[in-house]
Amino acid sequence: MKLKVKDLTFSYRSNPILNGVTLEIEPSELFAIVGPNGTGKTTLIKCIDAILKPTSGSTLLDEDDVSDLDTKDLAKRIGYVPQSAPRGSPITVFDAILMGRRPHIQWRVTEDDLDKVMEMVELLKIEELSLRAFDELSGGERQKVLIARALCQDPEVLLLDEPTSNLDIRHQLDVMKVMKMITKKHGILAIMAIHDLNLASRYADRIGMMYQGRIEAVGASQDVLTPENIRRVYGVEVSLINDGGKPYIIPIEPVEVSA
Amino acid sequence: MTSESSIKSSIIKEYTGLTRKKLHVIIFLSLLLIFLAVLSASIGSADVSLKETYFAILERFFPDHFDVNPFAYTVIWELRLERVLMGVLAGSGLAIAGVVMQAILKNPLASPYTLGIASAASFGASLAIILGVGIVGGAHIIIANAFLFSMVAALLIYGFSLRKTSTETMILAGIAIMYLFTAMVASLQYVGEAEEVQEVVYWMFGSLGRANWSSHFPYGNIGIISIALGVTIPYLFLKSWDFNALGTGDETAKSLGVKVEWIRISCMFLAALITASIICFTGTIGFIGLVCPHITRMVIGSDHRFLLPGSCLTGAVLLLSADTLARVVVAPVILPVGIVTSFMGVPLFVYLLMRQRGGYW
Repeated sequence: MKLKVKDLTFSYRSNPILNGVTLEIEPSELFAIVGPNGTGKTTLIKCIDAILKPTSGSTLLDEDDVSDLDTKDLAKRIGYVPQSAPRGSPITVFDAILMGRRPHIQWRVTEDDLDKVMEMVELLKIEELSLRAFDELSGGERQKVLIARALCQDPEVLLLDEPTSNLDIRHQLDVMKVMKMITKKHGILAIMAIHDLNLASRYADRIGMMYQGRIEAVGASQDVLTPENIRRVYGVEVSLINDGGKPYIIPIEPVEVSA
Repeated sequence: MTSESSIKSSIIKEYTGLTRKKLHVIIFLSLLLIFLAVLSASIGSADVSLKETYFAILERFFPDHFDVNPFAYTVIWELRLERVLMGVLAGSGLAIAGVVMQAILKNPLASPYTLGIASAASFGASLAIILGVGIVGGAHIIIANAFLFSMVAALLIYGFSLRKTSTETMILAGIAIMYLFTAMVASLQYVGEAEEVQEVVYWMFGSLGRANWSSHFPYGNIGIISIALGVTIPYLFLKSWDFNALGTGDETAKSLGVKVEWIRISCMFLAALITASIICFTGTIGFIGLVCPHITRMVIGSDHRFLLPGSCLTGAVLLLSADTLARVVVAPVILPVGIVTSFMGVPLFVYLLMRQRGGYW
């Protein structure tokens, strides 16, 4: 399954957020979207999943336009992992993950649904959390639960909104490893918005760098995360270390950029 | 491998065990409700024993199987069951309206009361009682007014939701509407005659005493409420998963395939319809819609597949037992049921609230 984003634009109260984003993402690819705050990473992800309705342009899953798909059918094909989950009334982790079966079940939960939940629980190694209250988990544990929920939808595409931003380094690596494994082993295509350039560099197959609602550069990490691109987009002077063929970025100081 | 698969099956087993417990609570509540209904029907100035009451009720469905004295049969079927049934219907209806409002607005304060629907009904009733003004005239003027004005309040809330305001804003707007209608009721009372004001006050206490049924359509007010609940409740039950998904946030809910705006608007309308069709006959019974959902949630958790039926049963049990108590405490005087509900329910509610560790909701 291939995902194509064609000339997507989105405006919020006549403020343009996305100015024609075009992307083509291959099956089994882990694709990272990087870029400064407020450049439209989150908006792009929400437009791809039709959570927000783009002003123009389209997203295609193979040949199907997501805006033509029934919401339930779309939920069977694209899973979305929010940055965080709101506090709410208490539910167990198991119930929180089971929610991902919602597109597949009418009212009754079947044996298969429970097995699916356990499959994801085992995949993310969160067995010992599974009957605890979701609200009592740490940020990293919650993120894994949210990923497990999205995987329970049996999606072909997984969209993640800054999955590592509130996590300690151990959990960051855990989440990135899981994502790598899911894309390669299960053939799921994953797109994640991410702030940490070094995590993106190390784990993503390709990186798209966004700036002011556009994709400024797209490609392998050594081609996208160059000092010139980073200076232009972030306004930061960096130096790079070669980390086994992939760039490792050391930020040095902010610089004035001419527009 | 064996140890892994045993961990897996033990987690599933424990989870299904938790689910079964919720089911047991619901079964227990159903049995309790049946027992209470019969108990309540057996209580009154004419002496009918519990056994006679059971037989009298069953005789209707299995004629000539029971040895029932005709007097008991008449007392139960002509005098008492109407009131009992009204308690069950009103209690479950108000409770489910409360759960639904709390689910779609994701706010523990949402209820028919806090959204102004009940005070709008009071205003409608006062308008009819004090000024004699109504859309339809005649005997049903109070009922029609109460119903229409509660739907007006619902329409206002619907208007707010169209503007895509946050759910917190909708609650605040609802509270503002409540104050507005309360002020209007107060100004009507200010100009009203003493007896009229008293009638308004009695109406606002809420009572199951106006319950009636008849043999032809729409079968009295019990029939009307039954039809309203019979149409709406199955639909709401079917939407259990959507209510669960809404608890994860609007965006996640959308990504799970929930038509968020549609659910919010349609279910708000249904909850308002349920509320209006009940309180136009009973007067305002405030406490049930706010608190029964919470009591139930604290006991069986927030999975709406169990929470919706559980709340219906809790509402019915609470309202019915409050009404029964209201009839016996200072018999033959019947206390207003709204007062007794609060006296009974608040201690239970506060106890459960205090028992929760950490934050609830």
